[in-house]
Amino acid sequence: MRNIWIIAKREYDHYFISPVAYVVAFSILLVLGIIFALVIYTSAQNVFYGSVPDISPVTGSFAFLLVLTTPALTMRLLADENRMGTMELMLTAPVRDSELVIGKWLGGVLFVLTVIGITLIFPIILNSLVSPGIDQGAMITSYLALILVAASFLAIGVGISALFTNQVAAFFVTMITLVTLWWLMGFPADYIQAGSEFFRYLDLQSHFYSLGQGKIILSDVIYFLSLIAVGLFTGTMAVETRRWR
Amino acid sequence: MIRVNELTKDYGSRRALHGLTFEAQQGEVVGFLGPNGAGKTTTMRILTSYMPPTSGEAIVAGYDVVSESLEVRKRVGYLPETVPLYTDMVVFDYLKFMADLRHLPDAEERVGETLEMVGMVDRANGYIGSLSKGMRQRIGLAQALIHRPEVLILDEPTIGLDPSQVVEIRNLIREIGKERTVLLSTHILSEAQQVCDRVIIINKGNIVVEDTPENLQAHLVGAERVVLRVRGEVDDLAVKVGKIKGVQNAKSNPDGTLEFQFLPAQDVRPQVARAVVESGYDLLEMRPLGLSLEEIFLELTKEEQPAKKKKAHS
Repeated sequence: MRNIWIIAKREYDHYFISPVAYVVAFSILLVLGIIFALVIYTSAQNVFYGSVPDISPVTGSFAFLLVLTTPALTMRLLADENRMGTMELMLTAPVRDSELVIGKWLGGVLFVLTVIGITLIFPIILNSLVSPGIDQGAMITSYLALILVAASFLAIGVGISALFTNQVAAFFVTMITLVTLWWLMGFPADYIQAGSEFFRYLDLQSHFYSLGQGKIILSDVIYFLSLIAVGLFTGTMAVETRRWR
Repeated sequence: MIRVNELTKDYGSRRALHGLTFEAQQGEVVGFLGPNGAGKTTTMRILTSYMPPTSGEAIVAGYDVVSESLEVRKRVGYLPETVPLYTDMVVFDYLKFMADLRHLPDAEERVGETLEMVGMVDRANGYIGSLSKGMRQRIGLAQALIHRPEVLILDEPTIGLDPSQVVEIRNLIREIGKERTVLLSTHILSEAQQVCDRVIIINKGNIVVEDTPENLQAHLVGAERVVLRVRGEVDDLAVKVGKIKGVQNAKSNPDGTLEFQFLPAQDVRPQVARAVVESGYDLLEMRPLGLSLEEIFLELTKEEQPAKKKKAHS
């Protein structure tokens, strides 16, 4: 556990000296700020029709932005160790392969949590603007869903980063995987009769929005936890096979 | 302590190590010599649990490198061939990170001490990326020393260092080698001579010879070679020097120098110097001609060479 924490802390600190992380954080916050302003504006117009503004446009856009930005946050994590030769250092230090992979992932999670933490200002502002306040349950589960999406994306990104020595390759493969999970999985379910249930279950977007309704649904949580497990397992396997090459 | 028994390693269909067997005791500095691709790095990677051997066993600091890999890694300090540094980190933070990974209780003090050992205290707050190659090499060494390991494995530790640093690092390695086990690889025979208690020469994954550096050289060379530089023509002088008792194979070289050999048991250099001066020549230089690793190699693999060449032609 201690090793995981030491590695995670180094990765977390590293994000704050890397321009990529600042660009990612800045663009996410900028886009969300604009969307939030629009939410406030349109809600103000519709206030007489009795619709209560909620935070889902912000969390939903955030999840979508994560599809685009997570690859940039994870591409470096293990691919760069392979490239710089520091993998040899990590693999000969008294650290288990799984601890290395989980530590890298946790570092990324902590960074995204920091960005998510900053966006909490939006529901707080929204809450103070409307009376009697926003749906707190939906707000909390939306954020839970967001954290789970971020954690799953990062786990997938770390797993893919471990397979590559080249960051750009890791970036694109991660991006394609996330796009597939976010958009493409839902499509076959609408067209193919056989196994539509299967595709529907794999569709990431549906789990995200179903969680955001205000109730914690176990099957959705399990879906995200299994994605995390698959990503981290892939990463650990990739690091381990590197030893046998 | 390192004990290696019948170690083999295959990369795909290519066999990199053919049953290596050797030992290194505590308080011993063992040098690993060999040309590129001889299997030095492969052996070191196996000993540091970076990768498992195909067959055979290796015991390092009392633990098996495959089944007790974590225990081995706790007790080994390793400097790989490509110095593993995070170039965007500050020197101090990097060493602190390594110290933390090894769960050292007094990490910060230890980092300071280690920086002092490798003479890098004044660069503790600089970025690793801004350091020269020699400095990076020293930080890499500091990383390997940070936990004062029982076994130290160094892959070409003095490469890229300037001469004064080389001396410092060699002294440091010898100091460490008094209490611990050190295995280092090198291309430079003189380095092995100065630092190592024992030398293992490997070629194509086999141990060619294993001996102390002194024995190795005496055994291989048999005689010492000396080069003389004088003012003026040396052809006549070569004949004169050749007549001195104990001098062997005196000859003049195309570059205007004179070369001869003598047996270590009878040092004829004073007689030669006197003869040169008495013959009216100005003696400018007299230096021993060391035997390079390449020459030792040619010597050791002499019998194999012609056979290979024939094959290549047919």
